[in-house]
Amino acid sequence: MNMVVCVKRVPDTAESEVHIDASGKDIDKSKLSFGINEADNYAVEEAIQIKERLGGTVNVISVGGKDSDEQIRMALAKGGDEAIRIEDPAMAGSDGFAIAKALAAAIKGMEFDIVFTGALADDDGSAVVGVALAELLGVNHAAYVKKVEILEDGKKIKVGRELEGGLMEFLEMELPAVLTIQTGINEPRYASFKGIKQAAKKEIAIKSLSDLGLDASEVGEAGSWAVLEKFTPPVVGEMAEILTGEPEETAAKLAAILKEKGLV
Amino acid sequence: MEGWTSLEAIRNSAEFTSLKEEEMSDLFQPVHEDFRKTLREYIEKELAPHADEWEEAEEFPLEKFREMGQLGFLGMQYPEEYGGDNDILAEAVFHEEMPRCGSAGVAATLGAHIGIAMPQINKYGTKEQKEKYLIPGIKGESIGALGITEPEAGSDVAGIKTYAIKDGSDWIINGSKTFITNGVRCDWVVLAVKTDREKGYGGISQIIVDKGTPGFEVSKKLKKLGWRASDTAELSFIDCRVPGDALLGELNKGFYQIMANFAWERLIMALGAVAGAQIVMEAALGYAKERHAFGQPIAKFQVIAHTLADMATEIEAGRQLTYYALKLYMEGKNPIKEVSMAKLYTCDMACRVVDNALQIFGGYGFMEEYPIARAFRDTRLGPIGGGTREIMREIIVRTMGI
Ligand SMILES: Cc1cc2nc3c(=O)[nH]c(=O)nc-3n(C[C@H](O)[C@H](O)[C@H](O)COP(=O)(O)OP(=O)(O)OC[C@H]3O[C@@H](n4cnc5c(N)ncnc54)[C@H](O)[C@@H]3O)c2cc1C
Ligand SMILES: Cc1cc2nc3c(=O)[nH]c(=O)nc-3n(C[C@H](O)[C@H](O)[C@H](O)COP(=O)(O)OP(=O)(O)OC[C@H]3O[C@@H](n4cnc5c(N)ncnc54)[C@H](O)[C@@H]3O)c2cc1C
Repeated sequence: MNMVVCVKRVPDTAESEVHIDASGKDIDKSKLSFGINEADNYAVEEAIQIKERLGGTVNVISVGGKDSDEQIRMALAKGGDEAIRIEDPAMAGSDGFAIAKALAAAIKGMEFDIVFTGALADDDGSAVVGVALAELLGVNHAAYVKKVEILEDGKKIKVGRELEGGLMEFLEMELPAVLTIQTGINEPRYASFKGIKQAAKKEIAIKSLSDLGLDASEVGEAGSWAVLEKFTPPVVGEMAEILTGEPEETAAKLAAILKEKGLV
Repeated sequence: MEGWTSLEAIRNSAEFTSLKEEEMSDLFQPVHEDFRKTLREYIEKELAPHADEWEEAEEFPLEKFREMGQLGFLGMQYPEEYGGDNDILAEAVFHEEMPRCGSAGVAATLGAHIGIAMPQINKYGTKEQKEKYLIPGIKGESIGALGITEPEAGSDVAGIKTYAIKDGSDWIINGSKTFITNGVRCDWVVLAVKTDREKGYGGISQIIVDKGTPGFEVSKKLKKLGWRASDTAELSFIDCRVPGDALLGELNKGFYQIMANFAWERLIMALGAVAGAQIVMEAALGYAKERHAFGQPIAKFQVIAHTLADMATEIEAGRQLTYYALKLYMEGKNPIKEVSMAKLYTCDMACRVVDNALQIFGGYGFMEEYPIARAFRDTRLGPIGGGTREIMREIIVRTMGI
């Protein structure tokens, strides 16, 4: 199996306060720590487990600045073979579709059976890149994948997709394909120091848009379908009724409202 | 000069955001920083959530020991041929990250095995001894301990009474050891014994004793103020017979062999003290910003703010001294003075920092529910273990020609 995994470096906002920055188009990331997008960590693990079972290669790709090398190196340390990082000033302002164009341009020339992406990025959360990438590559796809089984001949796979309410949908599809991986599909490993040392010796190929045969107008805001205009904190709704007073009073008021509206 | 009014601006400027630990030293290479991230993730996800449970049980589970071995976290300083990485700085990173697990007992269990017991085998063992102890030790399949201290001799190593006499080609050992970390569960212990009872330093040898050897018993598991998740034991040896090839290194050179690794033992204690103090200081800082009294966050009281400033300053001083000693050590300079200073300063400093942090936490600091109470108990071992603060001063004094 020849596999490609797309990884994104994202800020860890789970336990930090998030503030909109001066541009109004981003959050202030100066005090945040960064890591691999959670779903991508599972995608890397899935590819490496398949490689360990069936052989093949795992190629890691990221669109991002030099800092993203950290996430790429970690994927290499866990068992990735080669890596590409796409970096170009013209990428700024790209939506998921434009990112997918850059990824597709890099992947097109490769021999691949499966391309893995995460189901969703922890920061922008569009859940677009994987699906758009499959369209651009002209191959099958399955999104929110929580189980992958390679069928006998290695030309087909059976995947389980996570549906709501804990249901799984099983599909068989021909390879090559793009799978967007949901968290929880496996147990991501920890990189060993040995792996880290090996990864440090590997070269990460840096590609610009022109290396990929893309024009600046195809990416960035110009090449995007969605353009981010402004972040605003949600406005406090006017529908809310704030109950004031001692706890006994407010509890009584709340009970009366619930009863009146027929909610209890 | 804008004076006072610009303080707010300074606070908001990028310059004020504190440096990350890893940016403060040119010792560590990018591979070490990558390793730090992996370790930190592992420790935060797989160890820290269980720390309370292990402290309560006064035990660190063997499965975790094995797991860490399988992940390659126990062999960093050892040669590749035995499964290690031949990179002692990676082990330094390990000791810096371990305090994040929230239990010095867990850190001590692992630290005693990888940083104190196995180094003796690695430095002085024969090929057979290394194969027998290092390979499974690095995999986390066997646990080692170092047995020097005795009920009647701690600081004064030359005063140990446990002795071994030759019987044919075997050794027969009699005596007892105490305060031995991993003593209850170790699969082997590197023992300091007198092989020439007439002599002091010059009569000490090291002998490896396997668990289950007749005559070797754990006489007691000890109850402790801190380090509760680590097992600490009193061991007894009564006519304990081991083969001649259990001798580690040279006959009657044991004292020098023990001394040779004291530098590393003290360095890792210093690294752990600084890293632990940093965590406690950050917790106190966070708490001081949140906790209100008399209508304002307590961090706004100058006395609290200044205390925090002093804590941060002492931690930084300790870190730089430790890194300096580590750098000299890495350069093979045998920096006895600097290592002793680093151990002395950081272990005492950590006690001051934790004491101040406890004060900032007020009554909550005294409650076992909050991590400060445990840190307070755990930190106190620093100025005692691995050479007391008085012994550190004695060593420093000697380098001053007094
Ligand atoms: C205001 C703004 C500014 C931006 N500036 C830049 C910039 O300066 N430079 C730049 O490169 N990008 C920039 N981006 C792109 C952005 O970081 C995302 O990569 C893009 O919006 C994709 O959408 P998503 O992250 O929600 O992906 P989703 O569709 O939610 O992501 C799903 C999966 O797609 C894959 N994926 C997503 N992004 C990447 C990636 N970057 N590399 C590899 N795989 C990926 C991952 O596997 C991920 O799990 C900008 C986006 C916005 C909105
Ligand atoms: C939790 C724990 C784990 C330990 N793990 C191990 C282990 O794994 N292996 C091991 O071998 N040991 C271990 N030890 C023992 C530790 O190294 C000793 O406790 C330490 O070296 C001090 O020895 P002692 O307790 O006998 O004190 P003593 O040597 O009796 O000292 C008592 C006091 O006298 C002072 N003193 C002694 N000599 C002088 C002097 N010349 N000048 C001034 N003051 C002096 C000391 O500083 C101390 O304050 C451990 C101890 C503890 C508490």
